[in-house]
Amino acid sequence: MAQGQMAPGIVSGRLSSDELTSNFTDLHPPLAPHEAAVAADRCYFCYDAPCVTACPTDIDIPLFIRQIQAGQPQAAGQTILEQNILGGMCARVCPTETLCEEACVRETAEGKPVEIGRLQRYATDDVMASGAHPFERATSTGKTVAVVGAGPAGLACAHRLAMLGHDVVIHEGKPKPGGLNEYGIAAYKSTNDFAQAEVDWLLKIGGIAIETDSVLGETISLEGLQQNYDAVFLSIGLAGVNALRADGVDKDGVRPAVDFISDVRQASDLADLPVGRNVVVIGGGMTAVDAAVKSKLLGAEHVTIAYRRGRDAMGASRYEQDLAASHGVRILCNVQPVAIHGNGAAAEIELEYTASHDGRLTGTGETVRVPADQVFKAIGQALDGAPEGLTLDGNKIAVTGAGRTSMTGVWAGGDCAAGGEDLTVTAVAEGRDAAMDIHAALSA
Amino acid sequence: MADLKSNFLGISSPNPYWLASAPPTDKEYNVRRAFEAGWGGVVWKTLGSEGPPVVNVNGPRYGAIYGADRRLLGLNNIELITDRPLEVNLEEMARVKADYPDRALIASIMVPCEEAAWKAILPRVAETGADGIELNFGCPHGMSERGMGSAVGQVPEYIEMVTRWCKQYYDRPVIVKLTPNITDIRKPAAAAKNGGADAVSLINTINSITSVNLDTFSPEPSIDGKGSHGGYCGPAVKPIALSMVSEIARAEATRGLPISGIGGVTTWRDAAEFISLGCGNVQVCTAAMTYGFKIIDELTAGLSEWMDEKGYTSIDQVIGRAVPNVTDWQYLNLNYIAKAKIDQDQCIKCGRCYAACEDTSHQAISMSADRVFEVIDEECVACNLCVDVCPVEGCISMEPMAAGEVDPRTGKVVNPEYANWTTHPNNPMAKAAE
Repeated sequence: MAQGQMAPGIVSGRLSSDELTSNFTDLHPPLAPHEAAVAADRCYFCYDAPCVTACPTDIDIPLFIRQIQAGQPQAAGQTILEQNILGGMCARVCPTETLCEEACVRETAEGKPVEIGRLQRYATDDVMASGAHPFERATSTGKTVAVVGAGPAGLACAHRLAMLGHDVVIHEGKPKPGGLNEYGIAAYKSTNDFAQAEVDWLLKIGGIAIETDSVLGETISLEGLQQNYDAVFLSIGLAGVNALRADGVDKDGVRPAVDFISDVRQASDLADLPVGRNVVVIGGGMTAVDAAVKSKLLGAEHVTIAYRRGRDAMGASRYEQDLAASHGVRILCNVQPVAIHGNGAAAEIELEYTASHDGRLTGTGETVRVPADQVFKAIGQALDGAPEGLTLDGNKIAVTGAGRTSMTGVWAGGDCAAGGEDLTVTAVAEGRDAAMDIHAALSA
Repeated sequence: MADLKSNFLGISSPNPYWLASAPPTDKEYNVRRAFEAGWGGVVWKTLGSEGPPVVNVNGPRYGAIYGADRRLLGLNNIELITDRPLEVNLEEMARVKADYPDRALIASIMVPCEEAAWKAILPRVAETGADGIELNFGCPHGMSERGMGSAVGQVPEYIEMVTRWCKQYYDRPVIVKLTPNITDIRKPAAAAKNGGADAVSLINTINSITSVNLDTFSPEPSIDGKGSHGGYCGPAVKPIALSMVSEIARAEATRGLPISGIGGVTTWRDAAEFISLGCGNVQVCTAAMTYGFKIIDELTAGLSEWMDEKGYTSIDQVIGRAVPNVTDWQYLNLNYIAKAKIDQDQCIKCGRCYAACEDTSHQAISMSADRVFEVIDEECVACNLCVDVCPVEGCISMEPMAAGEVDPRTGKVVNPEYANWTTHPNNPMAKAAE
């Protein structure tokens, strides 16, 4: 018997298995062939299309949609994958509402863009369902490259390098490859273990070995990699979590949102996963929305996102905000945490209203208390465990050109590298482009 | 990857897609853009005789008809042949051909129906290095009023005569472009062949008025309140073109005559259909004018993908594969019996099949109070209208009955033997033959 939303504290099994299963189905279910045909017919095949400009991986969107129109979803899939080898995952997780679909001229015309993301999923699913891998390796170059981190940037880099004939070993610190695709993406965006299926499909190119539980700074070192490989690509992500400055942050029930999201992704049975009755998420980005929505889907009674600035400044897109609201999440803006109260475990969070003067945020002194037996910190991740000797740009690894670090023979891309938004699709583009640069360097 | 290389009349091009003689091929700038985009060849916009060039209207030249969502289905134009001096065109052609030796460059020509006129222009064209010529006997507006274009194409004797002159004064391939504005396409095709043509290309545009302005009562496109018929092209004319191509491909007098297929080619599938009906290559215009030269990416990738899927390694293996299956009505198998089948899982319950069948066909679909639509096999003649009007592709299909089954409509057992009208008991001619 499910415990229900009103059970106090952080408990598992708030909802029945059936309710959980239904809550965690695909956010955007795949298009059926008829739906795909109708959706594809809406594309105007724009000249120098704005959607392509808006895509970090420069997928030829009008061409792939025209290929769907012309009855060849597999050819469409190939067009996508040539630019973005993780086009399947990006079709699921890209914030298309701020990228290609925002740029779509039909968004301008009708407020209803061509459903590019779902069409991309239709095409890439078709390729993956066929089991075929449409790319072939070039003749072996005899060169070897170490990739550190099997997230989107690392995988994209490894695939492109392998395709060009290099031998790649990916060192991954976690037990499974995929990076945030596996541990970070909202569960309702990547269902049916898609992340692992995509990695398996990607590895069909050949020439890529993955060593899991291989941790930089522990089992391997950058110096060692430089000695043993012709080039190194660092895609180590942001392993650290920014600290929350408020009284009582060490109380039970306060934890990073990314850990909670990872737990949801890795749970073999969602009914075993505990969640609070009153959940408060601190932050305003997509991680905050993911954690808040997941809490609600697991059966939390009240879920609040507390964000220190106004709604317009939130990192989460309007679409993501609406997604949270539609699940019953309350979004409280212009508040910052000052203290977490409770006897050992969190029970309430005290928030202070803020005001912005010339861009500077100050507390107004007025506070409000919100019940909170669970508090998720979603105020950003930070670079952690980067090798010594690399020049940093702010808190990230400094890069020039296509991911060149300050050290010769060492490239970096994805969230750990400076520049670009921290999106899956951006990581793929950076990994791919670094691979081309590594290839050029190794061929010189 | 299938090899898309095309060798039409000994003229090679990296793919079988040429841009038809039309506005997209009017000048060097456009043609260079087309070649950069990947087109296999161009038929340069029609050249006229030396001297002051023709002039075009200074108002709208095009009219259109649309499908849902303003999808352009048919385009109509009243533009004439090139309105730029012959000398300028020839210079540009020579330059472009020299820079793109691997692409096909064909000169379309239309000069008065006099031997001297053809004799004068042909050596000039030969000097450009063009790979061949196409005789524009198709243009149905403007030029035809001056005794050229379709005015020639509608008289087989003229076609034969002019073709012969061209073969006499020009030593590279001669393609004769045919007008569809006639009753029997086989006659001009045969005339071209008799005159020595290396190939025919078809169809040119069809006489058309796309619409009438109901405020001014002027046909569109309207020039100062008046309109003239134009030439119709685009996806809407493809079925007419396919039929005409097939007639030439299978007629005794013209069988084996190379054909360049034209008429509404928009995706790889259209091209594959033209080629399977006997075309050695295809020419494209409206699709490029609607979507730009970049469509060549889909046209080439799609054709190659389909050929790979089917195991064809060259275009030659596809040419004419459908021709043996084009026949006369009288030879169709009357013992072939099919029934419509509605897939209830796909049905969205719009009722269009019911309206079509109940009002205009055989009352062979039933409708229940809760909007379930089912085929009544006792009434279904398998006319296919329900399939054609259904908005969901694949929802209604035509399923052949197996031999030995009883057709509930006629009560007769389905006969496995082939039998056609020529031997049918209801055919008075069949009886007369006995």
